[in-house]
Amino acid sequence: MSSITGIQDEIVSEFDILGDDRESTIFYIMELGGNLPDFPAAEQKDENLIKGCQSKVWLIANEENGKVRYLADSNTDITKGLISLLIRVLDNRTPEEILSADLNFIERIGMGNLIGSQRSNGLAAMIKQMKLYALAFQTKLNA
Amino acid sequence: MRFDINEIRGLFPVLHQEVHGRPLIYFDNAATTQKPIGVIEALTNYYELDNSNIHRGAHTLADRATRYYEATRDAVRDFIKAKESAEIIFTKGTTESINLVAKTFGKKFIGKDDEILISTMEHHSNIVPWQMLCEEKGANLKVIPISDEGEIIWEEFENLLSPRTKLVSIVHASNALGTINPVEKMIEAAHAVGAKVLLDGAQSTSHLEIDVQGLDCDFLVFSAHKLYGPTGLGVLYGKRELLEAMPPFLGGGEMIKEVTFEKTTYNEIPFKFEAGTPNIADVIAFKEALAFINSLGKSQIKKHEDELLAYANELTKDIKGFIPVGTASNKVSVLSFTINGMHPFDVGQMLDARGIAVRTGHHCTQPLMQRFGIEGTVRASFAVYNTKTEIENLAEGIAKIARIKNK
Ligand SMILES: Cc1ncc(COP(=O)(O)O)c(C=O)c1O
Repeated sequence: MSSITGIQDEIVSEFDILGDDRESTIFYIMELGGNLPDFPAAEQKDENLIKGCQSKVWLIANEENGKVRYLADSNTDITKGLISLLIRVLDNRTPEEILSADLNFIERIGMGNLIGSQRSNGLAAMIKQMKLYALAFQTKLNA
Repeated sequence: MRFDINEIRGLFPVLHQEVHGRPLIYFDNAATTQKPIGVIEALTNYYELDNSNIHRGAHTLADRATRYYEATRDAVRDFIKAKESAEIIFTKGTTESINLVAKTFGKKFIGKDDEILISTMEHHSNIVPWQMLCEEKGANLKVIPISDEGEIIWEEFENLLSPRTKLVSIVHASNALGTINPVEKMIEAAHAVGAKVLLDGAQSTSHLEIDVQGLDCDFLVFSAHKLYGPTGLGVLYGKRELLEAMPPFLGGGEMIKEVTFEKTTYNEIPFKFEAGTPNIADVIAFKEALAFINSLGKSQIKKHEDELLAYANELTKDIKGFIPVGTASNKVSVLSFTINGMHPFDVGQMLDARGIAVRTGHHCTQPLMQRFGIEGTVRASFAVYNTKTEIENLAEGIAKIARIKNK
């Protein structure tokens, strides 16, 4: 598996191919949402909701052999696409890698301008929650 | 003014820009309309030439500002065909106007076990103030049900009316559905049981001819910013005898006749309800918005908007997955819809990518969305400066988006 930096570079070049066509880029993000693994219906509960998202986002995390595994879902397809990008970068990594990750692909893609401020805030809230999970597992693993 | 769409568009500077490399198509007019150049210039002129506090100074500028301010009051009076200018009160907007009535009329005239009637399609600003009042007074809020088309169910309305009904507060045209309610009949029926009627005209005043004396409504509230005027300004119309009987809303300058530490006597209406320095610049500029509407006439405006809506209905009706929300026979120019399998927020964002501005979500009408069992809708609302070409572009966008999930 590529490094966090490597995967981010991959994502940026994929978006580069789409060029300036905003409509196609947004369609593409929606399509990405379709690749998210199924989320257990039973976990679609309020305690797994991320606060600060306008669209609903559920996120859960488990620890597997010292790595963090994420599962997430949303009620909107664009948000699902955004989650899928985050998962592609951060899933199945050690807490240390996740905590020190600099997620510069978001800015390099110009995501803020693409998705607007409401969704950008939501995206920031998702990242924060993913890092919080990593921190919790790190504390547990080091205990 | 003859109805020339290019000439009309020429009056609105904001329309002439690109969004994401495409010409802006502004279809969020129910949220707020754009402002014609006359309004914008009036604002600048006021600050450049006339700025002064009103109703107090003995100097020339103060006198001029006062005259301009009061001239707008007269223009509003004519616009809604009120009997006299003293019945026109300037507020911050529809929301403040309703709250004013709830806090003053409500304080004096609503008591324990009295009933206030609203409908399922009210904006939150015509729900929450009444809930607060009912809680305070031990009164009851009753809700008129609506049909699947989004129309008030007349028999249910009649059944809810009783001598306990003290106020019927009803939206004239729904912001989320576009439904125009049969307010003439409703006012008559409400008066027959002795209830007063407040009309929320936030969405009707820009489209429909309004005659408060003909309608015989007791209150009419609306916002300037949905009428091609400035933000932060609204109107409360009330019948003189009611406004005089109501206690003041806010205390302070302007609203008093005489103040001693023992007792204050209040000013006459409308000043009794306009405490403090008002929104002078926006009031003055609002006159230009009314002049713009009057120059075209509501019938020409409505005709154009009706054509746009009919065209939008026509172009969208066969799109697979397109679900209209609110199909009343009598509507203002609002196209509210969902797309099967898609979240309204996503649809809105994809339309934005085409330069099309629409509103998505619950439109501050959550109980209405619950009635339809949905979280929200996409709403395209049309104004006088919109064109058929823009509607075609919207329909194309909707069709393309709908195809993703409805092959
Ligand atoms: C029907 C209706 N009522 C009330 C309001 C509230 O108006 P304002 O926010 O200008 O006070 C709106 C505006 O969204 C509306 O559409």
